[in-house]
Amino acid sequence: MSLTPQESEYLENKIGRKPNPLELQIVAAEWSEHCSYKSSKKHLRILPKEGKRVISGPGYDSGVLDVGDGYVVTVHIESHNHPSAVEPYGGAATGVGGVIRDILSAGTRPIAILDGLRFGNIEKDNHAMWLFKNAVRGIADYGNCLGIPTIGGEIEFDKCFTNYALVDVASIGFGKKENLIKNKAEKGDYVVLIGGSTGRDGIGGSQFASDKLEAENRSAVQIPDPFIEKLVIEVILEARNQKCIKAMKDLGGGGLSCAISETADALGVGIELDLSLVHKREQNMSPSELMVSESQERMLVITDLKKLVSLKKICEKFRVPYSVIGRVKEDKLMKVKLDKSTIANLPSQIVANAPLLDRPSSLPKYLKNIEKIKKPKTPQDLSKTLLRMLSNPNIASKHWVYTQYDHEVGIRTVVKPGSDGSVLRLDNGKFLAAKIDGNSKHCYVNPRDGVMGCFDEACRNVICTGAKPIGMVDHLQFGNPEDPEIFWTFKESVQAITDYAKYFQIPCVGGKVSLYNETDKGPIKPTPLIGVLGLIEKKPLVSQKIENGDLVIIVGTTKDELGGSEYYEYVHNVTGGKCPSVDMKTSKKIQDAVLDLIQSCTIKVAHDCSKGGLGIAVSKLCITNDIGCTISLEKIPSEKLSHDELLFSESHSRFLLVIKPQDENKVMALLAKSAVQHARAGVFSGKDIVFQQKTSAIVRVRVDKAQEKWLNSLGALVTHG
Amino acid sequence: MKTVKVAVIVFPGSNCDRDMHHVLTDVFHLQSQLVWHTDALPKNIDAIVLPGGFSYGDRLRAGVIAAHSPVIKDVKKMAEKGMPILGVCNGFQILVESGLLPGALLKNTSLNFMCKWTEIIVQNNKTPFTNKLKLGQKIPIAIANGEGRYYADKKTLELLKKNNQIVFTYGEEVNGASLGIAGISNKQGNVVGMMPHPERSAEQIINPNNAKPASLIFESLLNTLGVTA
Repeated sequence: MSLTPQESEYLENKIGRKPNPLELQIVAAEWSEHCSYKSSKKHLRILPKEGKRVISGPGYDSGVLDVGDGYVVTVHIESHNHPSAVEPYGGAATGVGGVIRDILSAGTRPIAILDGLRFGNIEKDNHAMWLFKNAVRGIADYGNCLGIPTIGGEIEFDKCFTNYALVDVASIGFGKKENLIKNKAEKGDYVVLIGGSTGRDGIGGSQFASDKLEAENRSAVQIPDPFIEKLVIEVILEARNQKCIKAMKDLGGGGLSCAISETADALGVGIELDLSLVHKREQNMSPSELMVSESQERMLVITDLKKLVSLKKICEKFRVPYSVIGRVKEDKLMKVKLDKSTIANLPSQIVANAPLLDRPSSLPKYLKNIEKIKKPKTPQDLSKTLLRMLSNPNIASKHWVYTQYDHEVGIRTVVKPGSDGSVLRLDNGKFLAAKIDGNSKHCYVNPRDGVMGCFDEACRNVICTGAKPIGMVDHLQFGNPEDPEIFWTFKESVQAITDYAKYFQIPCVGGKVSLYNETDKGPIKPTPLIGVLGLIEKKPLVSQKIENGDLVIIVGTTKDELGGSEYYEYVHNVTGGKCPSVDMKTSKKIQDAVLDLIQSCTIKVAHDCSKGGLGIAVSKLCITNDIGCTISLEKIPSEKLSHDELLFSESHSRFLLVIKPQDENKVMALLAKSAVQHARAGVFSGKDIVFQQKTSAIVRVRVDKAQEKWLNSLGALVTHG
Repeated sequence: MKTVKVAVIVFPGSNCDRDMHHVLTDVFHLQSQLVWHTDALPKNIDAIVLPGGFSYGDRLRAGVIAAHSPVIKDVKKMAEKGMPILGVCNGFQILVESGLLPGALLKNTSLNFMCKWTEIIVQNNKTPFTNKLKLGQKIPIAIANGEGRYYADKKTLELLKKNNQIVFTYGEEVNGASLGIAGISNKQGNVVGMMPHPERSAEQIINPNNAKPASLIFESLLNTLGVTA
């Protein structure tokens, strides 16, 4: 929980003296992996960050995208893994709170939350179930109270998360471009701390998150208070409207140490603060506790003398505590005082910029043979297998989770959770689609193909709503970066994201790196998460009710790619094989063709084909529309595959389109013109889900039976164990 | 055309206030005004709405602290004068806690917060918020609450029935509410509280079913105040 000998030496060289113990605490907080990105920063530079909609500014904690007509959308993603693994309710709740404040920092109102959750095998592991239930409740209680809808997300269960939890939260903001905070400060400006009081919770949280989880450290976990966060949001937005904010930053990892040093560094100024002025929750807190406490619901605002009075009035209206803790200086130092005496005095540029590392990396040994597995035997009764797959917690409906989240508040949610991508209406008449995707099973089998697949999947989901992807965020979660093999998977992932982002011209507008995700049992599988935002200029594709006689068109090729698939892992308990891989050229062609179709034709439903493959994708359409379907396996564009492979391969770049029979010629002609692999694979009718080879049924399952499995499995598991 | 003024009261923690304001002004073209709970009610208002949310973070019990806000005294005076007053979700909880409506709202039987679409059925179409609806008409509507289970003792329930105070019931079993109650009125009928969210359901773009019935709740108010929509 302190500096390495090399870092100590570097610091002493830079400041020309030995730091005092408080200074050392401040620097150690800021130079933690969590705050400084010292292992990852050099590698993140390759990500393409420019784009015609991207607005960048000094000190923004979130990505900003221009959506036209004077409006902007902001987006950010963060995780709260270590805290959630110890105290899932508080950890997950404060995870929501933290990312919301990043959105607020830009001067935009948070309008949506998406979350990605990962736990151990809840079918067998009670502790994993406890983590899962309480993380969900934490997110629900926090987000619901704030009145910010949780519009989507994803959940994955895997043995590699045993005794651990990944809680990722993304948030989207919306506002007027002219209201974006400019982040400028001048000598003499006032530094105001607004919101929750500072206490002894979350002490050293950023360092706690920068080491593997060995012992439960409850004092490092922050305590949530959504009510004060809600008030802070309203205070900040009213202050923004009254132009009271010259610069702003939220207090997150590293507490005051990071907020002050990073603000001063980003603005090119000095900040002098007096810790005796900070409003506190507890008595006799030491200066170092005050500097590294990660108490939640706090914002740092810089304002001038003229606006300070108005700012105070706004805080008083909402009865939100505040304290004027310091002033802006010209000297570029962060000077910490306690009453009259100076107790720390450091150049902010040094504090805010940890010396970066060159971590060694090497190809993980396990990857050498992972593709070479003996293929599992095709089960006798594939109907049974399909039902089993539908009740797999990774595939079964997550409505037990998202009905606990208010996903309607704000009255923007046009396409609701449980669909492919979610869609929000914006004030300029356009629509924003959003989706996050991750897949630790794929990423373990092949880090490069795996993460590219997540990116492709998120794009496909957004395209299914009729949106064009305009920006992405990534969240890179790995084990200990000091292990060269783990670091190799990190580097490989960043390169893959970069390649895909460049090819598809989707700028990376934000992201986060979370390392040291491991317990005594070892590291997690590589789990990068990709979030994609898409813009719909005119009308979103809202799924229409499927009727008797409607046709299903499949676009894309099904390949021998079952490595890391739910079928291999869940049904056969096999890890390995060839992971689905994205051919960017083909994928781009398919995405463009499908988006064109959605925009120019009457497509009733566009559905992405991913986890669980074609078998699950078709079943979901049947289940949610209460209608049967007959699919002819021989018509599906594919490599030479056995029936189970055809049903459950998770090959990317595939879509299912549902159309009315009278639109068939038009749709098929357009697809033929785009020269993408496609076929009319089947017809909806009856009460059975049927996959047939010529005329013999390989799978026949009653829709109501499938419904029962898919809809109720997760809820039943949670309620009855 | 007469200008109708509606006060939407904002408590610390209200979070459906702006949604309600949007629907009243942009969809139904009423003159809606957000009123902070410590401010006096504006003069010449024609109706009051207590919106949903988590006033005071649902501390102690949903709605109980807001029920003691300064503005509630004025709301009570207006209620006595017969002004149309609507409480939605947390607003309903506040009306109950302030004694303007009988009964209590308890935790859902699932013990979970519940956000979903359901149907409610009109049981009283004489109130200022239901007079454009038909008796027995079904309204597809959004619900989102943790403490939404309406409860009253037998005697109160009998009185509610006798006085025609049950305004809406659920079309399916939702949360274990007494008599499946989704909304009630006071004896005079001018104060209505409901757990479901009409402001989330009155625009077709966000309602996955038919938004027309929910929009009639607002059109009823316009009708009551003598404005033709």
